[in-house]
Amino acid sequence: MMTLGLSWKSIRHRGFTVALTVISLSLGVALLLGVERMRSEAREGFTNTISGTDLIVGARTGDVSLLLSSVFRIGNATQNISWETYEKISKNPQVAWTIPLSLGDSHKGYRVLGTSAEYFDHYRYGRKQALEMAEGVRFADTYDAVLGAEVARKLGYQISDEIVLAHGSGDVSFVEHTDKPFRVVGVLKATGTPVDRAVHVSLEGIEAVHVGWDGSGDHDGHDHSNCNHPAHDHGDHETGMDRLAAIESTLAGEDPNSLEPETITAFLVGMHSRVDAVFLQRSINTYKGEALSAVMPGVALQELWQVVGVVETTLLVISLFVLGVSLAGMLSSLLASLNERRREMAILRSVGARPVHILSLIVVESILLTTASIAAGIALLYGMLLVARPVVLEKTGLQLGFGMLSSWELILIGLVMLVGLLVGLVPAWLCYRRSLSDGLTVRV
Amino acid sequence: MNEPSSNVDAVPAIVLDSLRYAWSDVMSPDLVINDLQVRSGDRWFIEGASGSGKSTLLGLLSGVLAPQKGGVTVLGKRFDDMGGAERDRFRADHIGYIFQMFNLIPYLSVIENVTLPLRFSKRRRKRVSDPDKEARRLLEHLGMGKLAERKVTKLSVGQQQRVAAARALIGSPELILADEPTSALDEGHSEGFVKLLFDECKTAGSTLVFVSHDSRLAGLFDQSFRLEGGHP
Repeated sequence: MMTLGLSWKSIRHRGFTVALTVISLSLGVALLLGVERMRSEAREGFTNTISGTDLIVGARTGDVSLLLSSVFRIGNATQNISWETYEKISKNPQVAWTIPLSLGDSHKGYRVLGTSAEYFDHYRYGRKQALEMAEGVRFADTYDAVLGAEVARKLGYQISDEIVLAHGSGDVSFVEHTDKPFRVVGVLKATGTPVDRAVHVSLEGIEAVHVGWDGSGDHDGHDHSNCNHPAHDHGDHETGMDRLAAIESTLAGEDPNSLEPETITAFLVGMHSRVDAVFLQRSINTYKGEALSAVMPGVALQELWQVVGVVETTLLVISLFVLGVSLAGMLSSLLASLNERRREMAILRSVGARPVHILSLIVVESILLTTASIAAGIALLYGMLLVARPVVLEKTGLQLGFGMLSSWELILIGLVMLVGLLVGLVPAWLCYRRSLSDGLTVRV
Repeated sequence: MNEPSSNVDAVPAIVLDSLRYAWSDVMSPDLVINDLQVRSGDRWFIEGASGSGKSTLLGLLSGVLAPQKGGVTVLGKRFDDMGGAERDRFRADHIGYIFQMFNLIPYLSVIENVTLPLRFSKRRRKRVSDPDKEARRLLEHLGMGKLAERKVTKLSVGQQQRVAAARALIGSPELILADEPTSALDEGHSEGFVKLLFDECKTAGSTLVFVSHDSRLAGLFDQSFRLEGGHP
C-alpha cells in the first residue's frame, strides 16, 4: 500500500512519457476490442442471416451454393424445381410453413425476389426477428413491390414510385420489362441481411412480367446467358398468349390461382418440430421424382463462414500485433525510466525500503498503466462505435452492438492485463537485482 | 583513541570485530577492520579517500551488505545473524542515512521527503505524533522553515542536504550515517551544516557516523578514524 502512493506520485511526475505510453497502449486495446467486436458481429450477423428456417430446398447442388443462391442471392441456381414438388412437400404434415423463392430478375443491380405472403409471416433473421415494414404495406396486387431498406435508401424510392424490372441479374441490364412497371407499396426496415438488398414482388408478378414478355414475340432478341428464370420456360411459347389472357382475367379478379408458376428457384421450410427436419431432409435428398437438395441453413452457414472467416482471423492477428507493439512500447518506456530512477531506488533503500518494495513499485506502476490504458481503450472503443456505427451500418449493413462488454471481450481484457503485468515484471526484476547490487550507492 | 564521551550507554552503537569484506573472491579484501567500537551518542568522523572502502563500510553499517568474515553489531544486534529483509527493517527502524548529494525524491514535496522513513518504519512513526508537524519543526531547526513548501527540484544543494538531514533525523533513529554530506558544500556552509547536525543528533540522542575525505572537519568530532586503502 505504501508503494501504491509512491508509484502514483512517480507516474504523475513523469506525466508526459507516461501519457504517451498510455495513449499508445489504449489505442492497441481499442483496436483489438474494436476488431473483435466487428468480428463477432460479422460472424453473428452472418450466421444469423437467416434463422427460424429449418431447411432450404432447391435443385440438386452443393450446400453452400444453394445457400448462396437462395439466401445471399449470389450467383444463380443452375436448375429450378417444379411447382408440383413444392406443393407436395409443403403439404407434408410435419411442415409448418414454406416460403417459395423465385429469383432471376433484377432492378438496377438489386435482385428481385418473387415470393408469397408467407415470406413476411415466417421469414426470420438474427435472433428470430421477423421482417417489419418501415412504411407502406405488403404486396397484394400482382404489380406491387416491397423494397428492402437498402434498395429504397440508395435509389431514393418512395411509396407509389414506379419501378421497372430487368431481365437477368447483371448490374446493367439492357433488357427491361418496361411494359410492366411495378409500384412500390412498402419498404422493409433494415435487417443487415441480404433482405435489405432485394426487391420483393409476388410470384404472380414475376409470372406476369415474363408471360407478357414471352407474349410479345420478341423472345430471341435478348440474351439468356445471365438469367435462369423459373417462369421463363422456353418450351412454353405457344402458351404465352393463353397465360397473358389468364393474367388479365386475374387482374380483373376472376381467377386468383391461374398465375401459378410452373417452377420456382428454391423454397424455405419451417417444421412443426425441429427434430423432424433431419428426416425430411433425408427424404428430400433421396426424392425420386426430381433431383433435389435440402440443406440446414445453420450447417451451410457455418461451412460458408469457414471460407469467409480467413479474413477475420487475419484481422485478429493484425490487431494482436498492434497490441504487442504497444506493450513492447510500455516495456521500453519502463526500462528507459529505470535508469533515471536509480537514484530514487537508492534513496528508498536508505530509508528502509526492501528490494521487494522496489519490485512492487515497478509492478504497481505497470498495473496502473495497463489499467489506465484498458479503461481509456474501452472509452475509445465506445467513442469509435458511436461515430462508426451509422457509417458501418450504411456501408456494410453490419449492425455493430453498442452493448456491454461480452464475456469474450472481458477475457481479452483480462489477457491484456495479465500480459501487461508480465511485461512489468521484466523491468521490476531488473530493478530488484539492481537495487540489491547498488545498495545505497547513488548512481546518477 | 577511545576517549570517554559525555553520553555513556551500556550497549555500544557499533561494534566491528575482525571484519573482512571483499567485492570479489580473487582480490585481497577491500575492507579490513580488526576492532572498532562506537559508543552510543558519540560523534565519529571516519576519514577516507575514494577507494578506501568507505562505501563498503557504510553498506555494512547500514545493513545493505553482509560481512563475509567477522562481525558487525549495531545497537547490540549482530547483522551476520540477520537476513537481508531483517536488516532492511532494522535500517528502517534505527538508522537515518544522508547521501553525498541527490538526496531527495523529485516527485515528492519537501515535507513528504522528510516523512518518507515513517512510511517504512512503524517504530519511528510511533515516536512522532504528527508527521507533518514534526517535519516542519525539524526543517525549522535546520533553518529551512520558509522553504518547506518549495518544490524539491528548486532547492539549492545546501538546502537539499538540510532536508536530507531532517529526513535522517525524523522519528529519532539511534544511528545517523552520513556519507560525505558536505562534499557539495563550500567550507563555511560545511561547518554550519555539521554543527546543525550535531545539535539535532544531541536532541534526538542519536549516534553520528560521519564519513568524509575532508580531514579539516575532523576536529569538530568526538572521535575519528582513518580508512586507508581498505586497511586502516
